[in-house]
Amino acid sequence: MIIQPHISIQNLNVHIGDNHILKNINLDIPDKKVTSLIGPSGCGKTTLLKTLNRLLDRQNDVRVDGKVLVDGENIYDPKAEVTHIRKKMGLLSQRPFPLPMNIYDNIAYGQRIHGNNKKSELDEIVEKYLRGVNLWDEVKDRLKSPATRLSIGQQQRLCLARGLAIEPEIILGDEPTSALDPISTQAIEELFLDLKDKYTIVLVTHILRQARRVSDYVGFVYMGEIIEFGPTEEVLLNPKEKLTQDYVKGFLV
Amino acid sequence: MPTSTNTIRLRSLNKKSTQKQLLKVMRSFQKFCRVAFSPTVKNKRLLKDRFVNKTFLAFTLLSISMVVLIAIGLFYKSIPLLDSTSLSNLLLSSEWKPFKEAFGFYSFIVGTLWVTAISIIIALPLSLLTGIYLSEYAHVRVRKLVLPLIELLSGIPPVLYGVWGVLVIVPLIQDRIAPHFVEFTTGYSVLAGGVVLAIMIFPLIISIIIEVFDNIPQDLRNASLSLGATQWQTIKKVVLRKSFDGIIAAVVLAISRAFGETIAVLMVCGNLAQIPQTVFDSGYPLPALIANNYGEMMSIPMYDSALMFAALLLFVIIFLFNTISRVILYRIEKRNT
Amino acid sequence: MEIRKIEENIFRFLMILSTIIISSTLFMIVYTLFSKGFGSLSWDMISKIPEGGFYIGKGGGILNAIVGSIYITLGSTFLGLLVSLPIVIYINVYAKRNATIATLTRLSSDILFGIPSIVYGAFGFTIMVYMGLKTSLLAGIITVTLMIIPILVRAIDEVVRVVPEDMSNAVFALGGTRYESAKIILRQSIPGIVTAILLSFGRAIGDAACVLFTAGFTDSIPTSLEQPAATLPLSIFFQLSSPIQEVQNRAYAAAVILTIIVLIINIAAKTASKNLSKNKI
Repeated sequence: MIIQPHISIQNLNVHIGDNHILKNINLDIPDKKVTSLIGPSGCGKTTLLKTLNRLLDRQNDVRVDGKVLVDGENIYDPKAEVTHIRKKMGLLSQRPFPLPMNIYDNIAYGQRIHGNNKKSELDEIVEKYLRGVNLWDEVKDRLKSPATRLSIGQQQRLCLARGLAIEPEIILGDEPTSALDPISTQAIEELFLDLKDKYTIVLVTHILRQARRVSDYVGFVYMGEIIEFGPTEEVLLNPKEKLTQDYVKGFLV
Repeated sequence: MPTSTNTIRLRSLNKKSTQKQLLKVMRSFQKFCRVAFSPTVKNKRLLKDRFVNKTFLAFTLLSISMVVLIAIGLFYKSIPLLDSTSLSNLLLSSEWKPFKEAFGFYSFIVGTLWVTAISIIIALPLSLLTGIYLSEYAHVRVRKLVLPLIELLSGIPPVLYGVWGVLVIVPLIQDRIAPHFVEFTTGYSVLAGGVVLAIMIFPLIISIIIEVFDNIPQDLRNASLSLGATQWQTIKKVVLRKSFDGIIAAVVLAISRAFGETIAVLMVCGNLAQIPQTVFDSGYPLPALIANNYGEMMSIPMYDSALMFAALLLFVIIFLFNTISRVILYRIEKRNT
Repeated sequence: MEIRKIEENIFRFLMILSTIIISSTLFMIVYTLFSKGFGSLSWDMISKIPEGGFYIGKGGGILNAIVGSIYITLGSTFLGLLVSLPIVIYINVYAKRNATIATLTRLSSDILFGIPSIVYGAFGFTIMVYMGLKTSLLAGIITVTLMIIPILVRAIDEVVRVVPEDMSNAVFALGGTRYESAKIILRQSIPGIVTAILLSFGRAIGDAACVLFTAGFTDSIPTSLEQPAATLPLSIFFQLSSPIQEVQNRAYAAAVILTIIVLIINIAAKTASKNLSKNKI
């Protein structure tokens, strides 16, 4: 059963130059669930993710048609204000990108640019979100050291905490574990399962097992189209479409 | 909303005022308000972002138009000269008598061509061989040792090259080289200028050549080597052929650098307004002419215009050469990404 | 031995020979300048301004030229940064990726980079006349600024360009504006920016043709922007053209001073990029 959608994509078409990257996408992403987008590389799943927080329009030659409604508001409305939209969504990219500053400032950065400069509040927020991603105990003694000194798995959790610290409603993950070792991957996956009570999570992944482990819904993207969308078990174990069947073949556990 | 009351007040003001001028100003202010305080702008941050966008764009456009501004500025100053003398006369006559307002640039142009040609003839083979060695043969350690030296060479100011030329090259030509060929020379000659210039353009040519070579995929070399070609054969038949346009670009860029170099050349060339017959004769390149006469420029009529014309001439030629080679290099870069 | 092997060896020999020739030129130049000028180097040289009859061999030093050069270098680098940082930020952050304006800016600063300083000098002179300025420190600074802007733009752009896009995306994803993302990118690029500044220092301090028209020359240290200013390269140039041996010797000594300054700046530029990358990925 699909509950009320948090993000609703309607007739979305994306062209980059002369290439038709996303073709007539219609998709409702349910509230407070984990939704995974799967598909072969180059199928457009990352592009789809980037249209959700409008990072895509930073590129030259990109044309986006159609609507993406977040909480009923079309983010592609010419009057829509893009930083306000992005604030609603935390992004976790393939590789962690800590900002060139210390651990504390990385978490506080989002609050600061949005006008919160109160030290006591920031202290609280930093601790809360570092605890939230189980990083607090590992870094509490070196909050003032550069974030780049952390291991890559720690960095990815830091980036997650940084995103959560601006109190978004949605978390977007673009293959967020692809650069991590198995243990860090597991840590991130467990965090997602914890977080889905409070956040809507959209995850791009090419690891089908991961999709099965963490997500409630799965969308299969192929050649810029949504081929199939539904509850995880259904799509992965009993796909209706031939293309999906071919792709998930061999995955059957 | 404050915005709408603002607009209403402005509109009512517009109606009352009869003067067209005021109306115009009001309208533009109104438009500014609409843009600056439009409902989509949530707070000061975004306003700042917009302001920065506009100002930085202005800076960028200004920097792009700099090329045109230089051309216009120099052309504007050359107009008096161009009005009085025909272009062909300026370029092809060698009569240089500023007091009689006779400005023929031919001997200076020839002087420039001499030193440039000599410098390229010396610098190209040496730089090409060095470039090939550093990118194809040399051990990484050798490369890491030699490249910084070459980069340092490019950081030495022209005036020091000039001093060095006066101390080493000029006496060398006068005492050791020239006596084998001609009866007498002071050593201050187009050859001295060419040698000093050659050293000055080494770093430029080498750095571009190495960059171009590094961009050639290793697989291409391997393909040739696996057919049993020697390394030199591979370089000759594959690497050099593949990087031909890049080498051209490097040479063109080097030519334009040599063309415009001033102080170093001025110090060793002799600066006689004559057409050199041998490489041991003095010459008088255009940049040296400009630099040497700036002092009297304002006291003789038309002289400033003539020198600005010389600068314009340099600018136009160098602009063309630079554009050609940069476009070639951009294409290479694009091809490889 | 096969002919092709012989050919290979000949060329290999030639290559090594030319590499040795080219890399030894630096040492030859530095050696010549030092051996000729070191003897005439004295404390007076760098602590005194020229006294009466300096150019016919009487006492004094070239403090005027050293200070003038420093003023011009600092002033123009400061102004140059004020202009070139916005340009680099605009083409890398504000303009979309691969936008035409970015390509055009890179192309034009590449071309401007190749324009010789004598042309900048002549152009600076026309501006000076247009604005009613006399040869002065200010005119010199403006002209040198014009000359080093392309250097700064190219060098800073090179480091800013390679900051991964995900870095700025991280800021955008937090709801940051382009301006805020630009600040992060610049912070990430500090080592490169320092290198660029040092490079433009080197270029500005060594340039003679640019200031010849615009800054003039004087024996005193300028106390305001409207006064003319001496520069080190011109001081060398003028002293060397004197027929008196003592004055010439001082030119060589001045050349040693300039060489030392330039070498320090260039080596600092090299090491800066290595040592400052504390927070870099």
